[in-house]
Amino acid sequence: MNARLISLSPQDIAIIAVYFAMVLGIGIYLKRYANRGEDFFLAGREMTAWVAGLSFLSANLGALELMGWAASTYQYGILAAHFYWIAAFPILVLFGLVMMPFYYISKTHSVPGYLQLRYGESTRALAATSFAFMTILMSGINMYAMALVMKVVLGWNIHFSIWTSSLTVAIYVALGGLYSAIFNEVLQFFLIWLGALLIPILGLIEAGGWTGLVARIHHNFPQGDYVHLWRTTGSFASNPMGVHWTGIVLGLGLVIAGGYWGTDFLVVQRAMAAKDLRSARLAPIIAAYFKMAVPFIVILPGLLALGLLPFKLVPESAAGPGLHSYNEVLPLMLARYCGPGLLGLGITALIAGFMSGMAGNVSAFATVWTYDLYRPYVRRNASDEHYVKMGRWCTIVGVLVSIGAAYVVTHFKSIMDYMQALVSFFIAPLFGTVILGMLWRRTTSKGGFWGLFAGITSSIGMYVMVKVDPSKLAWIALSPGAKDMAENLYRALWSWLICVSVTVIVSLLTKPKPTHELKGLVYGLTDIPSDGGLPLYKRPIFWAGGVAVMFAVLQLIFW
Amino acid sequence: MQERHMVPVWFFVGLVLAIDGSIIEVTGIREWSHPAGTVLSGYHTAVWWGLLLLALGGFYVYKFWPRKS
Repeated sequence: MNARLISLSPQDIAIIAVYFAMVLGIGIYLKRYANRGEDFFLAGREMTAWVAGLSFLSANLGALELMGWAASTYQYGILAAHFYWIAAFPILVLFGLVMMPFYYISKTHSVPGYLQLRYGESTRALAATSFAFMTILMSGINMYAMALVMKVVLGWNIHFSIWTSSLTVAIYVALGGLYSAIFNEVLQFFLIWLGALLIPILGLIEAGGWTGLVARIHHNFPQGDYVHLWRTTGSFASNPMGVHWTGIVLGLGLVIAGGYWGTDFLVVQRAMAAKDLRSARLAPIIAAYFKMAVPFIVILPGLLALGLLPFKLVPESAAGPGLHSYNEVLPLMLARYCGPGLLGLGITALIAGFMSGMAGNVSAFATVWTYDLYRPYVRRNASDEHYVKMGRWCTIVGVLVSIGAAYVVTHFKSIMDYMQALVSFFIAPLFGTVILGMLWRRTTSKGGFWGLFAGITSSIGMYVMVKVDPSKLAWIALSPGAKDMAENLYRALWSWLICVSVTVIVSLLTKPKPTHELKGLVYGLTDIPSDGGLPLYKRPIFWAGGVAVMFAVLQLIFW
Repeated sequence: MQERHMVPVWFFVGLVLAIDGSIIEVTGIREWSHPAGTVLSGYHTAVWWGLLLLALGGFYVYKFWPRKS
């Protein structure tokens, strides 16, 4: 308790208490609306584009995302912004304009549900089992990491943090289903922004604007370039992240972002809950604007810490008395500028980030478990009411299993690294399977299954190879100068290419589905309503153009 | 969904922002003459940030107040 970074005043505690009361109150209020399967699992498919879009982004804005990338910025500089800019622009627009219509028009309830329609049971089973397993374990790992941060920052008991926040999520999601998760995610979106926004505003004032900040960073760290996005990515050795621009563009911008935004049901579920196709297509595009603005509250605080903190931060392994780790960047900057009341708002932002991420995991898990595993393989013809009851119970059980996973991680911390990698094994090849299924009618069921299987196993193979012999990283990234981050980017790219190649080859050798079975699932066989009759400002393509302009301007400014 | 008269999410957002804004505003005013020892505390951030939250929250609460049908 003595090592805490921040002490809360009664006003701070009051703000945190108001937040907890409100999220629970929303769950209790929405229970009356979540009694049918369509309501509990898909929020009645009646969310507006704005609600779906903000919730879409909020589910992605976990506390670890906020604190982790602020810490990464302290290590790697503005290069970390690639994970918000190039990881958002091309794929979120592609997802909204190209992929979303197939998910929405097919009237499926989940991504594994789409795979079942497109490829059949075996691919759905592989995707659903992996997703359910990963989601619940990732939720536990995030829970542990968050509790650890609360212990370091606030001196809170680790068990108190884990149980209070996770049971709150369990209660409100079990009561109001996806309605409740989405409503709270919108609330959490506002709190995250308003709680974190003061740091960059006051930080820039203190630093003397962007020019002053750059000068201070150069003064404090004369040996590295922390303020250019692309200029240093011509070779692996010339930037602190150890990456090459090809890995950023193809590995991150195309494959990892595609897998995350286009196939991870945790976020896709929010867009599926939209009230019509236009709203469903707009939701990820609205999210893209805010995703590209997130560096203002995440990356900029990391840069401000480089320029303004009177001491240097160290890696987690070297942290100790008097030495703060990279992971404490955001709380340190919060404590630097925020007094009583504002500090409570900032801490609420972190808690809200954690809870929105966890609610996303849990509500997606409940849907996939109930509709893609329990209904087809355990109890096929039960009533709608029965499946809703199952959804509520598996929300509670999912949270309890996550808590169990959190405690396992406390004893075996390296599991955390393995699990993060395990998730990446799956989403990159899945993007290949889904995008080929949507765009190429010749893709067959066997092609989809074996392509996905080959992508996942090759990704695991590459990971194990580098773990056993780290020098093999040079094979995967095609350069001896590559560092850990490059491994993630290139492993994702290779596994996607392997998935796509195997899918194409096996598809050409096997019999495709008859055309009538592919209607509503594949490009060329799906009747996508035209936006032609709408005013320009209501068309998704118009707003997608705005995202492209915003992206281009940001790249030019920080090139 | 109109037939079910669900209170819009924006009302809940407004309520939380208005309550948080009030707490922060009162704290900021009380600390006006002896601000907390944070960097740039002379800017009295709590006062104007509390006001911003209060205005934003108040607007949402007013605009989306659940009315009886």
